[in-house]
Amino acid sequence: MSRAVKAATLVAREIWLPVLLVAAWWWLSAGSTSLYWPALSEITDRFVDLWFFDHLLEDALPSVVRLAAGFGIGFAAAVVLGLVLGSVPALEDATRPLVEFMRALPSVALLPIMMLLLGTDDDMKVVTIAFVSTWPILLNTVEGVRSVDPVLHQVASGYRLGTWHRIRYVVVPAALPQVFAGARVALSMSVVAMVLTEMVGSPGGLGYFVLDSQRTFDIVAMWTGLIVLGLIGYAANKAFGLVEARVLAWHRGYTKQKEDQR
Amino acid sequence: MKTQTTLNKGKPDGGASDPVMRIRGLGHSYGERRVLEGLDFEVGRGELMCVVGPSGVGKTTLLECLTGLRRPGEGEVVFDGQRIEAPPRGLAIVFQDYSRSLMPWLSVLDNVVLPLRSAGLDKAERERTALEALAEVGLSDFTGHYPWQLSGGMQQRVAIARALAYRPAVVVMDEPFASVDAQTRADLEDLLLRVRDHLGITVLLVTHDIDEAVYLSDRVLALGGKPAGIRELLTVDLPAPREQVSTKALPRFAELRSQVYRLIRDV
Repeated sequence: MSRAVKAATLVAREIWLPVLLVAAWWWLSAGSTSLYWPALSEITDRFVDLWFFDHLLEDALPSVVRLAAGFGIGFAAAVVLGLVLGSVPALEDATRPLVEFMRALPSVALLPIMMLLLGTDDDMKVVTIAFVSTWPILLNTVEGVRSVDPVLHQVASGYRLGTWHRIRYVVVPAALPQVFAGARVALSMSVVAMVLTEMVGSPGGLGYFVLDSQRTFDIVAMWTGLIVLGLIGYAANKAFGLVEARVLAWHRGYTKQKEDQR
Repeated sequence: MKTQTTLNKGKPDGGASDPVMRIRGLGHSYGERRVLEGLDFEVGRGELMCVVGPSGVGKTTLLECLTGLRRPGEGEVVFDGQRIEAPPRGLAIVFQDYSRSLMPWLSVLDNVVLPLRSAGLDKAERERTALEALAEVGLSDFTGHYPWQLSGGMQQRVAIARALAYRPAVVVMDEPFASVDAQTRADLEDLLLRVRDHLGITVLLVTHDIDEAVYLSDRVLALGGKPAGIRELLTVDLPAPREQVSTKALPRFAELRSQVYRLIRDV
């Protein structure tokens, strides 16, 4: 099979069901007069009106920027903190209950305190997103750092690697597969936090758009907002997957080879 | 080619004529369990010495103490006139399990380059040194591969190249050929002898394989007992260069082999 045919088959396997469901939705909702379940054709018409490009720039873009900023800050903080805690077992033991507690807190429950402390603007939104994305990444980073093969530490000591080289070339790469596993979980939690903070915070963003449309009985607009949210979540996951495939290229081949040996 | 093999016939008291390592009164315990006791010997410059002993005798503990990875409970190890507190610069280690001692996320070249980064060589110098070492072990065509894409024997050659590129005075090897098949093992043994002659390095190799010890060594240090001590430091007077078939067919080889065998088996 040629590469193009292979790629097309892969895409077809992924999209046949969505295509089928959308077609069914289109057909079943055609001519609908229900306020809550408008015809899909009506939704798509409004979609084009609303999202190209006024609300894309006013609501979707700021949402995505806040998501990226919050997730990025959370990721960086978690990895740095995770390297420290993972390298100092005594510190890790002492902080573990606290970290587990923080991770267990649902992001909705954080909103009141975040609003008290930080108001309702971007600060509050970004900090909340960063906060919820930190814990799963932190826990996994600690786990990854602690599971570095002791033989590799002996190699590093035997060859007198400096602290920075040990971190950069031994500890971080060894922990990365686990870090990414945590980051994937954190990403979906960040999307939830993004929507929530926009629903309760100052006007603007996708969460606000969906809630406001519903409040003003513009149900068709609300539906378009949900579609945009779904698309953004899907795109974020895809982008994440691409980065992961690039950074962990060695890991895929390595684990596959280990399995083949068994 | 230098004939290193004849240079350092150790003196009968465990000393060497031009020692690069001096071990004095070395002993170690894990809690109540005494593992090593009263080891005194010297490793001569350019010498290839094998430490041989049955499994569980404390060979790995000895190796860790010799390399500075573990601080011995008693006695001291002096390397190039300096008492060892941590792994010294002039010493390179080849570990037993190549699949665990190479970084799977680094290419073959980057694995060899890694120790040179901390050693302060600039980029060009690092790469040149690493490529030379890889050529020495016959891996010039595999520099861009990941280690796990190579066979076991080739991976251990990467580990040997990493040690050579480090330009050490002494290479310490922990059962380096224990995890490969017999043919690969013979090839690696001969590679080691060739490289040693070529570069004039000192090799201290730990093994449980008596044949390997006798075949490779200038001197064999037989370890035995509980706690383990030196049974004997035996000079191997086999002619150089060694050759897998003819050397092992010599009557003297068989004599030495049974001698070592009896030394480490007798309790």
